[in-house]
Amino acid sequence: MKTEISTKDKTKVSPVGGDLEGAVVLRANNLNKYFNEPEEFHVLKDVSFEVPRGQFVSIVGKSGCGKSTLLYLLSTMDTDYTGQIYVNDVLLTGQTQNELAKFRNEHIGFVFQFHFLLPEFSALKNVMLPAEKLGKYSKSECEDRAYEKLKWLDMQNFATKLSSKLSGGQQQRVAIARALVNDPTIIMGDEPTGNLDSANTQIVFDILKDLSKNKKQTIIAVTHDNEFAQNTDRIIEMKDGEIVK
Amino acid sequence: MATRVNFEIAKTHLLAKPRQTLIAMLGVTFGIGMYILMISFMQGFNEFLEDTLLSSTPDVRIYNDIKTDFSHSILDEISDTGKVLNVIHHPKPKDITPDIKNSSRIIADLKRDERVLAVSPTLATQVFYVSGPVQINGSLSGVNILEEAQLTGMYDKMKTGKIENLLTIDNGILMGHGLANKLNVNVGDLVTLATPKGTAMRFRVVGTFQFGIGSLDNVKCYVNLSKVQQLVGKDNQYVTDISMKLKDYDQATEMAAELSKRYGYKADDWKTTNASAMVSILIRNVMTFVVSFTLLVVAGFGIYNIMSMTIQNKLKDIAILKAQGFSSGDIRQIFLTESVTIGIFGALTGLVLGFILSSGVYNLPFPKNDFISITHFPVVFHLKHYAFGMGFGIITTFIAGLMPSIKAGKIDPVAILRG
Repeated sequence: MKTEISTKDKTKVSPVGGDLEGAVVLRANNLNKYFNEPEEFHVLKDVSFEVPRGQFVSIVGKSGCGKSTLLYLLSTMDTDYTGQIYVNDVLLTGQTQNELAKFRNEHIGFVFQFHFLLPEFSALKNVMLPAEKLGKYSKSECEDRAYEKLKWLDMQNFATKLSSKLSGGQQQRVAIARALVNDPTIIMGDEPTGNLDSANTQIVFDILKDLSKNKKQTIIAVTHDNEFAQNTDRIIEMKDGEIVK
Repeated sequence: MATRVNFEIAKTHLLAKPRQTLIAMLGVTFGIGMYILMISFMQGFNEFLEDTLLSSTPDVRIYNDIKTDFSHSILDEISDTGKVLNVIHHPKPKDITPDIKNSSRIIADLKRDERVLAVSPTLATQVFYVSGPVQINGSLSGVNILEEAQLTGMYDKMKTGKIENLLTIDNGILMGHGLANKLNVNVGDLVTLATPKGTAMRFRVVGTFQFGIGSLDNVKCYVNLSKVQQLVGKDNQYVTDISMKLKDYDQATEMAAELSKRYGYKADDWKTTNASAMVSILIRNVMTFVVSFTLLVVAGFGIYNIMSMTIQNKLKDIAILKAQGFSSGDIRQIFLTESVTIGIFGALTGLVLGFILSSGVYNLPFPKNDFISITHFPVVFHLKHYAFGMGFGIITTFIAGLMPSIKAGKIDPVAILRG
């Protein structure tokens, strides 16, 4: 596996951050993670891999294999590990919480199992918040961008609705729009279809597939839905804290 | 930019649960409202009391204190101390006259003093008031009434008659209102005054006054100084007290000490004379602050509770915001903004509530009373109380919101998102 990394490195000597398809956007080196509670447990054992731009990756494995843990390490929210994580050739390991928060805001979009919208806000406002936090655009620009994303997901008619009043599938689409609003480098999903019926699962999957195929959006999703995983570009299978395939 | 988003989130949170926000606000509102009511009322009462005391007692009073210290005898000074032991059984004070010697010089000296506004010599003596079969023990002050009126503000305290009548009518007397009632005399009636030494004179009532203090209104009378000197059979220099009003009554304490030293007589300032009343004013002030402080702290705990609960209910939302790139500082700011907003609006409505309540108390009629001459409850409206209430309300809510907000900032999103 290590040789593979080096060969890939060579293929990517060309301009950093260039639009080259296949450029590595995410690189994990020798990630190790321990849980101390209730007793010491080696969750991730020397995990290394990389993801090129535009790839739709699914991480699968039995529960307890460490796949979610891995995702949260990559998400920069969990910083208690050894090894290195690079996104766009930027070393994230060792950065402060505030720097990481800023980085997340700009480069990482999240889609969770239980859609996790803020219930007091409208669908549009939910999508707008990360853009407003970024501070790059004016309020009206943020609104335009959010509306555009909702429209792309066919949710424009629900923009002004309170997010708690939407159905599960609708909420998940709003969550995807929210993940997309800052044009992130990577979208991460923790069981993005785990809580949806099959029709909605299909819709959400098609959206993600479309994103990676037509918009060259890198997506990493943890799932235990085999059908979902089979249709992605690449499957990373984990077992007992190690990548087996 | 980012700060504006935080404010917006805070606003949405507050408006999403209006009832909860309102209840949190009402805690502050009642705390501040009661504080305003208490402080306005207590302060009003204190000021009223201080005014009454000040008008009835001179700022500084010089008098000849009767010595009751018998530990030292004049015998010790003329015999060889150490060799002889002088023992005196049952010493008694000499029959001295309790007057101030050389009073006219002292008065002239005081009138030149720049700190002194007015000086009034007084001859005070015990008398019996006799009207028909009724005899009442009381005190009589012989004064130059115009000077005395400058000291006490008697013009405002007259119930019937005028103080100038004392100057125009021979043997006139100004009588305390309570005393006049007891003797059942009115303006124009005659009353006999008898001294402990057995002399007696008849006076005609020319007016009654009411200071609002029972111990004065029920026992005291004023007549011209020369009449009292005549009554007690003394010369026209005979004066027992010199009262004065100062330009700044806060100087009274130091001035009393200075005058006592200069003239060799005892000098009391108004604070010493009214020591017990001053203590009660102090105690009322302390109580007001303790109660108000308690009310505000209770309101603070209310806010702490509600903020803690809110944050407990919003764990998911906090995790989401953090996942999207909101930092710990942003989360803190959001919740602190919520708590301080509750504080600001709660304090503002509290000030209004306090104003309405204290206006209500101000308009309450005071129970009719012969001893205290007020018609309604004394309430003051001081801007500084309102400013303090506002400031304290905001500070309390800030502190109450701080701990839950810091806790919210520290929440680990991974633990919550993973369930």
